[in-house]
Amino acid sequence: MGAVTNVVYLIASVLFILGLKKLGSPKTARQGNVYSMLGMLLAIVITLLDREIIDFTYIIAGLLVGSVIGAIAAKKVEMTQMPQMVALFNGFGGIASTFVAYAEFVNTKHLVGGTDVVVSLVLSLLIGTVTFTGSMIAFLKLQGWMPGRPIVFKGQVAFNGLLLAATFVLGWMFGMDTLNGQTFLLVIIAIAAVLGVTSVIPIGGADMPVVISLLNSYSGLAAAATGFVLSNNVLIISGALVGASGIILTQIMCVAMNRSLANVLFAAVGTDSGSGASSGGEQRNVTRYTADDAAMIFENSESVIIVPGYGLAVAQAQHVMNELMQLLEKRGINVRFAIHPVAGRMPGHMNVLLAEANVSYDKLVEMDAINDDFQSTDVALVVGANDVINPAARYKKDSPLYGMPILNVDQAQRVMIIKRSLATGFAGEDNELFYDDNTMMLFGDAKKMLTDIVKILKDE
Amino acid sequence: MNEQILFSIYIFVLAIFVGFEVITKVPPLLHTPLMSGSNAISGITIVGAILSAGLGHSTLGQVLGMLAVISATINVVGGFMVTDRMLEMFKKDKKKEAK
Repeated sequence: MGAVTNVVYLIASVLFILGLKKLGSPKTARQGNVYSMLGMLLAIVITLLDREIIDFTYIIAGLLVGSVIGAIAAKKVEMTQMPQMVALFNGFGGIASTFVAYAEFVNTKHLVGGTDVVVSLVLSLLIGTVTFTGSMIAFLKLQGWMPGRPIVFKGQVAFNGLLLAATFVLGWMFGMDTLNGQTFLLVIIAIAAVLGVTSVIPIGGADMPVVISLLNSYSGLAAAATGFVLSNNVLIISGALVGASGIILTQIMCVAMNRSLANVLFAAVGTDSGSGASSGGEQRNVTRYTADDAAMIFENSESVIIVPGYGLAVAQAQHVMNELMQLLEKRGINVRFAIHPVAGRMPGHMNVLLAEANVSYDKLVEMDAINDDFQSTDVALVVGANDVINPAARYKKDSPLYGMPILNVDQAQRVMIIKRSLATGFAGEDNELFYDDNTMMLFGDAKKMLTDIVKILKDE
Repeated sequence: MNEQILFSIYIFVLAIFVGFEVITKVPPLLHTPLMSGSNAISGITIVGAILSAGLGHSTLGQVLGMLAVISATINVVGGFMVTDRMLEMFKKDKKKEAK
């Protein structure tokens, strides 16, 4: 690798770091993405100029096919489908690492010798392949092509541990005789493929945000491992950046659910589908309110906080929600959105869904910044969210929700909840807020209910 | 352990710290674009893929390289494009800005 190439790789690395830094504010974020793109373009161009390249057929074919597929996917994807899209892209990143590492082995078999190369080669194949098959399972689950509930079998954790140990043993055996070691490497790839599947299938639908974040981190680590194989610093730096990013997001998601990473990965939460059976035979009364009642309350309020959940997006109600906000603001009412960290199907998903519906981003407030404001708010409007507002999380020690940070909607003067039924959320925990005197339950489809309220407010 | 690998480990560890510093400052508002954007960056493996596909040591190596180029390009092109599409949507109320 020439000095010029290395300098350009350094510039690319700096551009990636600056690009990520600019994601620190929505004002500069788009520019930041351009920085990263530029970094990538520079790295690709300088690599193409490498004098050792003798045949461009395969490269150009690959670049063309990949660009077309990537561009079509990026154009077509709906914002609600973002999580599975990211999972899919993650998977491709992972498998690319596997291919590169194996190709490097094929190309330079006679050079593979040192422990360092053997270790990075094995890790690169292992992480890359686990990322690939794991991401594919996550994709299938999120897309609904595979049941979202955890799939478990006896001794799953031990089985996965055994698989992992096997790859290390095989890696060691490969190291003994690298020249004839390709069978070992192929078996490692096969085992890693199984491991990716068996470690993601026991994770339930509600925990998917954690898994995608973790796989995001893996795809970075796979790139870094490949960087070690190739002694290529731009791969190592970029991979480390992405690895760190994924780990931080994983951590944030775990804290937001008050679960440890180990609990998410191994506990298979949601196995017994708790369909509201927790309340037993006890029948509690709920008063049903109508769109007219809701409109009247809004008329007489000064401040409203909206709590959106994934149900809002499922009902395709984001746009009418924005319309309602505009109407309320026209009447001088202060309207904001309170965004729980796990609202949506991946970190920050709800913000994207609302931004798509033209909600101004300064209206989207994160949980810690808005939680103290509920007590001075007239109406908290909850649409399609349940577990993240359940007060049981504060005190009910035997609840699966216990300890999870929640939005303090119960402190608002009035709580309006738009919901199809009294069914429980993912956690299967009954929500006492539904039966509170301050709560108005508006039963029905979120989109229809909001449209009705908007109609009434417009007519007046 | 030779010098090269030690040097690589240095870089790796320092880059992780840089990553932590930079990424903890990204607000939750932008976590989805952060994920898709960083995802695109992890497609940097494309650099290694291009070399494998072009060096021509063996047909197998080249074919594997091409498969790697395809996968990494999907990751890079798709990731950056979809991130741009999302970031374009994040807008502030124009009325407010006029004030």
